[in-house]
Amino acid sequence: MNEILDRLQPIFREVLENNDLVITTSSSAKNVEGWDSLAHINLVSVIEQEFKIRFALGELETLNNVGDMIELMKKKMKR
Amino acid sequence: MDYANYTMKNLNPSFEEIASMTKLLEYPFDIGVLMRKRRALRTELSRRTAAIDVRIALLGGSTTNELRDFLELFLLDTGIRPVFYESQYNKYEEDVLVDDGLLRSFAPQIAVVHTTWVNARLPDPLAPEVEVDARLSAELARFEAIWTKLIDDLGCTVIQNNFDIPLERSMGGLDASRRDGRASFLCHLNLEFARSSQRLPRLIINDIAHQSAVVGLDRWHEKRHWFSYKLAVSPAGTVTLAHSIAAIVRAVYGKTRKCLILDLDNTLWGGVIGDDGLAGLRLGNETPEAEAFTAIQLYCLELKRRGVLLAVCSKNDPKIAQEGFSHPDSILSLEDFSAFKAGWGQKDEAIVEISHELNIGFDSLVFFDDNPAERELVAMRLPMVAVPNIGSDPSNFVEILDRQLYFEPLDISAEDLKRASYYASNTQRNLVQASYGNYGEFLDSLEMKAEIRPFAPVYMDRIAQLTNKTNQFNLTTRRYTLGELEAMRCDPRYLTLYGRLADKFGDNGLVSIVVGRVESDELHIDLWLMSCRVLKRELEIAMLDKLVEQARKRNIKWIQGTYLPTPKNGLVADHYEKLGFELLNSNEQGSEWKLDVLAYTPKNTHISEDNNE
Repeated sequence: MNEILDRLQPIFREVLENNDLVITTSSSAKNVEGWDSLAHINLVSVIEQEFKIRFALGELETLNNVGDMIELMKKKMKR
Repeated sequence: MDYANYTMKNLNPSFEEIASMTKLLEYPFDIGVLMRKRRALRTELSRRTAAIDVRIALLGGSTTNELRDFLELFLLDTGIRPVFYESQYNKYEEDVLVDDGLLRSFAPQIAVVHTTWVNARLPDPLAPEVEVDARLSAELARFEAIWTKLIDDLGCTVIQNNFDIPLERSMGGLDASRRDGRASFLCHLNLEFARSSQRLPRLIINDIAHQSAVVGLDRWHEKRHWFSYKLAVSPAGTVTLAHSIAAIVRAVYGKTRKCLILDLDNTLWGGVIGDDGLAGLRLGNETPEAEAFTAIQLYCLELKRRGVLLAVCSKNDPKIAQEGFSHPDSILSLEDFSAFKAGWGQKDEAIVEISHELNIGFDSLVFFDDNPAERELVAMRLPMVAVPNIGSDPSNFVEILDRQLYFEPLDISAEDLKRASYYASNTQRNLVQASYGNYGEFLDSLEMKAEIRPFAPVYMDRIAQLTNKTNQFNLTTRRYTLGELEAMRCDPRYLTLYGRLADKFGDNGLVSIVVGRVESDELHIDLWLMSCRVLKRELEIAMLDKLVEQARKRNIKWIQGTYLPTPKNGLVADHYEKLGFELLNSNEQGSEWKLDVLAYTPKNTHISEDNNE
């Protein structure tokens, strides 16, 4: 869990251009400033590239927060 | 111009940092890094002062946010600050045709119609041919209505995507060959768009058929993004698309680069001529290496033929360097180059000389060299010169240069076809000048003839081109679109003049423009510019004579001129003073000058008027 979160941290900071941003498992588009739909596309593209995974249609819509996303990523990375 | 000083001013201390960032905006694109750094890049680029603001309407058949973001980056990188209007998702047609005043009040200078194949109303598969033909005409008419409204009514220049093709083909290969096939229909429509663009000078086609092929259709289309966000083109595809639209916008504003400066050894031919000798050079079709270098020469020749200037910058003995072009398989010959610098000095210094000789700024130059150390030096010393990283494999040189879109043309004018010969004639004129003691005698010996008249429809494209690319002899550096200039031509409140100049060495073409705005008995000169290839020929005096003559006919008593300084137009700081204007006021923002029309006596003595209609 922590290892993925550590790798996500700089990605979120860069994509959202906020060097003080701290992402936790409970972070979500609702409580992180600047995480709008455009930033979302950007985040997904960068994460897919960085972790060499691919989210399927609708998968991300069901997630509540970064913690859920990491769980989904773990499953994808095992394959 | 003080070139040494100019270079120094533009040497940014944090060069390496900025260079590595803006490298992201060069082909080939690293989409992952670009996506990651785009906000930081935007912040960095927004700090720079932009030369011009441009109002762009993005009329999308799909979501345009991604396109807007990347287009902004590419434009900021070339000194254009865009202000955007975005139509609502898939409301491109209604936004233009149903005039609710929003688009009109935004007053776009450029309209980008961002449609893709999903927006084309395709014929039903298996539809009879007559229905397919009717559909084709209807689609063309639908787009023509949009273009006409944008061009004629809103006065903008239109950038229209042609069509990509879908990945899936339910009829298999027949999709491309049957009339009712989707790929076939879209190809036909693309041909019709191309024909329309030849007919309508202000309709420019953005070739996404090519861009999607370059990116690869399976990377260009990302169905997930279409279903989730209504993005018709993937983020990776959007970067290439935005790059291309930015190149077109640059061309509209005359910011296309003009001159390709070439190294010789292992760039234009295989081998080192000083070591291998003429016979040892790899050119022709004997070996793969020779073929690659021949292909490079051929590409350069094609650029030159359509108006891009070529120059040589090589570390070589000048005589030996020139000898290379006598190789029987050399496609290029010495006459193809407008400047030729071979020597042992630093290349950045030679490039400064080339810029000086050809009278074109660093931001118009591209430096093409296989040696990374030379590229590094030039990029560092002359940051405004484009230095593509062409790598070390000659089979990729042309592709990498081509994909940077440095020389994107809007059209190829008669002017462009003759450009290299203008510069060649200038070399002759310089030789003749040296043989005359008195400059007036030299001017007389040129037997100059000028045609100075109000703007005429046939010249409007050239007038727009000159207005937007002239930086040095330009009193106000105001940029206008073709539509705006066209409006001035027809508006009685404006007094417009163009000047063509010919002499015994050849025709220089249309080289000067003056636009004055009439306010009661005063004429305010909004625009006065001249191509540097006719500097010091006293054409500006002939232009003033004509301007005064026209002003008198309209009972104008005073002509008021303005000089607005820029880093490039120091050349004309004393333009009005030299012409006998009186200084009204002056500060660091510029100066204003006045001329008494009634007291003026004509001053031109070296140029005769060409009255041939």
